[in-house]
Amino acid sequence: MDLILAQFLTGLAAACSLFLVASGLSLIFGVTRIVNFAHGAFYMLGAYAAYWLQQRLAGPVGFWGAVVLAALLVGALGALMEMTLLRRIYRAPELFQLLATFGVTLMMEDVVVLLFGPEDLLGARAPGLKGAVEVMGQQVPAYDLFLVALGPLVLLALTLALKRTRWGILVRAATQDRDMVAALGVNQKWLFTSVFALGIVLAALGGALQLPRGETAHHTMDLKIIVEAFVVVVIGGLGSVPGAFLAALLVAELNAFGILVLPEVSLVLVFLVMAVVLVARPYGLLGRPQSAQRGALVVTARPWRPFTAPERAIALALAALAAMLPLAGGAYALSVGAEVALFVLFAASLHLVMGAGGMASFGHAAYFGLGAYGAALAVTAGAPMLAALAAGPLLALLGAVAFGWFCVRLSGVYSAMLTLAFAQIAWAVAFQWVGVTGGDNGLIGIWPAAWAASPATFYWLSLAAALLGVALLRMVIFSPFGLALRAVRDNPARAEALGLSRQRVQWAAFAIAGTLAGVAGALFAFLKGSVFPDVLGIPLSVDALAMVLLGGVGTVIGPVPGAILYKLLSIVLVSATAYSKLLLGGLVVALVVAAPRGIAGAALDLLARRRATP
Amino acid sequence: MSAPLLEARGLAKAYGGVEAVRDVSFTLAPGEMLALIGPNGAGKSTLFAMLGGQLRPDAGRVLLQGRDITRVPASGRFALGVGRTFQVAATFPSLSVRENVQTALLSRAGELFRLMGRADRSHRAEADALLGHVGLAGAADRAAGELAYGDVKRLELALALGNAPRLLLMDEPTAGMARAERADLMRLARDIARDRAIGVLFTEHDMEAVFGHADRILVLDRGALIAEGPPDAVRRDPKVRAVYLGEEAGP
Amino acid sequence: MSGGLQLEAQDLAAAYGRAQVLFGVSLALAPGEVLALVGRNGAGKSTTLKAIMGLVPATGTVRLGGQDIARLPAFERARLGLGYVPEDRRIFTDLTVLENLETGRRPPRSGRAPFTEARLFAMFPNLAEMRHRRGGAMSGGEQQMLALARTLMGNPAVLLLDEPSEGLAPRIVAEMAKAVAALKAEGLSILVSEQNVAFTRAIADRALLIERGAVRAAGSVGEIEARLAADALGTDAQ
Repeated sequence: MDLILAQFLTGLAAACSLFLVASGLSLIFGVTRIVNFAHGAFYMLGAYAAYWLQQRLAGPVGFWGAVVLAALLVGALGALMEMTLLRRIYRAPELFQLLATFGVTLMMEDVVVLLFGPEDLLGARAPGLKGAVEVMGQQVPAYDLFLVALGPLVLLALTLALKRTRWGILVRAATQDRDMVAALGVNQKWLFTSVFALGIVLAALGGALQLPRGETAHHTMDLKIIVEAFVVVVIGGLGSVPGAFLAALLVAELNAFGILVLPEVSLVLVFLVMAVVLVARPYGLLGRPQSAQRGALVVTARPWRPFTAPERAIALALAALAAMLPLAGGAYALSVGAEVALFVLFAASLHLVMGAGGMASFGHAAYFGLGAYGAALAVTAGAPMLAALAAGPLLALLGAVAFGWFCVRLSGVYSAMLTLAFAQIAWAVAFQWVGVTGGDNGLIGIWPAAWAASPATFYWLSLAAALLGVALLRMVIFSPFGLALRAVRDNPARAEALGLSRQRVQWAAFAIAGTLAGVAGALFAFLKGSVFPDVLGIPLSVDALAMVLLGGVGTVIGPVPGAILYKLLSIVLVSATAYSKLLLGGLVVALVVAAPRGIAGAALDLLARRRATP
Repeated sequence: MSAPLLEARGLAKAYGGVEAVRDVSFTLAPGEMLALIGPNGAGKSTLFAMLGGQLRPDAGRVLLQGRDITRVPASGRFALGVGRTFQVAATFPSLSVRENVQTALLSRAGELFRLMGRADRSHRAEADALLGHVGLAGAADRAAGELAYGDVKRLELALALGNAPRLLLMDEPTAGMARAERADLMRLARDIARDRAIGVLFTEHDMEAVFGHADRILVLDRGALIAEGPPDAVRRDPKVRAVYLGEEAGP
Repeated sequence: MSGGLQLEAQDLAAAYGRAQVLFGVSLALAPGEVLALVGRNGAGKSTTLKAIMGLVPATGTVRLGGQDIARLPAFERARLGLGYVPEDRRIFTDLTVLENLETGRRPPRSGRAPFTEARLFAMFPNLAEMRHRRGGAMSGGEQQMLALARTLMGNPAVLLLDEPSEGLAPRIVAEMAKAVAALKAEGLSILVSEQNVAFTRAIADRALLIERGAVRAAGSVGEIEARLAADALGTDAQ
């Protein structure tokens, strides 16, 4: 009983930071409709800034002053980002803002390494709260009790600010109807900036307050928190601060007790709960249906069309050129080439769902990873390579059919978050089912059969899979089914009136895309000779998203140049510089601002302009 | 006598105690142009949505050629020969004009789950014939999103005709169009209705379109039918004058 | 004239996506005048008001007190003295009556007694009784009064009223008419789009007949109503 109480208090303490981060994220989304992926990065900056300031300011006043100062400084930085970057892209579809803030996140991860080094930094303990307090016979850290009290206080303060101040009233009004607020003479720009700054202050405060719990500041702490904060915001309902509070408590307690009661499934638990909540309440616990849908994901003035004869000739020539790589490159180049080819297939499969289907997916790595694990498990069970190459995609197909059935029942950000939840569930299973998957140690010894073992042959195999896969996807896109998929994306109501069921069409697209991602994943397992839970991880899902968006989600060919550029760049940058993320992130941000329609989109725009002016 | 093309029997719908539509009954014959008019909030949209399958009535039935389709959802009514156009014209903007029509034709043929073959080569002749019929032959390869609004309305009509409907529901067909285009579109709809024996039910705020092109007019006010008949009779009806113009309006 | 400003719009054209709704509307409103836009649903009355307010992309010129405001965003037009009361009221349903009023608050305009909550509650006693009620829990008529009061909190010089009597019970319509007359007496210029004949007659000095996105006729309210009646029944009015 006492242990349960202690664990409960630990959960409440953990909920505090989570609530701070999530409420900021939720406020920002409610008013600006921006899904701020960089929120975790600002949390991280908050921790680092507090650490740095605490090294320089003495005494209790210095300690607490550092916490507050860190939050304010980082908040100012957030406001700067909003004014210089986000203001340029408010009219763009939601996913582009997500991509831009993702770029910023990449940059910041390297910036903190640049400034503070790669080591974990252990912060100072809070003066006056260093000891433990006995609660019903259990020792509970005094600082935890402070956090337990702080959470509700922040909720109260936020609630008062939203209910009792003019600013708060305007924020709530703008959450419901931005245009009407403008018609009443309110300058939205500053309202947005102030909300953004407040959200970032809360995130940074959350980071700064984590240090005295014994958590270290490190350059990867952003990812874990952003995923949990997303989950909290979605469970609570986008835009609802009390919802974020409730959900933060729920998630933190699930984490606290999950480890105690069901250690095998503790990592899945949160995502399972999120999936259940979303299926039962599509807008979260306290959320409301989103008002106006903004710019559609895919807008194109040029109808998609198959290659003309000369274009096909060029494509074949480029493919032939790619096939000649073994003449010029050594084993390393061929392995890089194979990896790029597999990611082209991976990105192209996501593009079927996103580009042709208009559904955002934050969890496409699930199917890549299921393909990889399917193949690796088959090999471990003694199957030959070809059978393993069939087993992988089959597992991916099963996953896509099961997950897709739920995802197509929601729409917009909620549907995208559900894809993320399923990917995380798959990841957690791979991570925790040690008996089968090897857990963190992964499955090793997944080497190709003798006939495919040489670097050149494996490269050709990967290239062939990519070329055939992309050709197949193009065939699907231009088939009657592809037309139906694009019709549903363009106008679901009109499609229904023509006798088309949106959910069935999108579900089938999910299955096809999942299977092809599984092919890429299965080959990837053989390329690396091993499989680790990373192949199901969020970074991989985000990479795929970035490839499709950078290439141009509104074009058919987009994912191919997008994947080649992004994958090559990340490989080259990693080997060339210690700060590859800084450069890659900067590039992503620059491309989002300069070429919002992606590389292929910009190229097609250029061509069209050339033709228009002879 | 055979059953009418469309029959509404005692349709009713309430939202939270407010009766939007009360006991509405009428029939529509093949080849007939039937207009549904009434002031704002009279229940036109509600009635229309019940006929189109977007709303389920609280009471009453919808019969298509004698068959009860009250519980058939919108996507199922397409297969039964119900076509419809929307108040804000709904097409697929990033598809070409021809592909828009091909989508409808492929849907009618039950071929939209085919993964093989090129969609842009299927039912091409029939699609072009339909486009010719609505006067869009020259625009077949353009993106639907680039069309002028009058042409979007025409394209929508072609989409609705794609399944060779017996019944066409048109929600404010001329809304948002310039004056000259309106008359053209209404003439086109009327010709098509006559040639193909399609029954057309349309709502409209433009009185020229209503009195110039309808064979018969239904007048709805506060959820109930208050008048029904040919244009001349409806025009003279004192109740209609009162509803539309307020009590004080003199003749 | 103490309160109102001159409003002038020329050649307003606007489209929703590809649907063109306005085809060159021009109008002028003198200080202290009430001008009614009359016409059927979908004729372009609401869009005219939105275009003047800067809520839909439009071409043409808009002048307020001689200043060209056609390129300004909506919030700056509001600050210069345009007050807009939308057709569907667009009350903030989660906010209370007092909070809704707060969203409209702007500094007073020189030379006129500013609107305050107290003054508005005296004008609309209903609202005073429900000052802590959520907007979403109010009847249509109460919401309409709140929408007008909220805009008045900004001390506008020119009011744009979109269908203020739509869907309201006759008693409330009469109350609205009284309120509009009081505002006119204070010197506000008012541009109102309206379908209710009795209401228009009670409040307007002049009327414009809007049809198919253009001004078809201008005249006294009586003349325009007669014209509209004739058009609706298809008889020739010329």
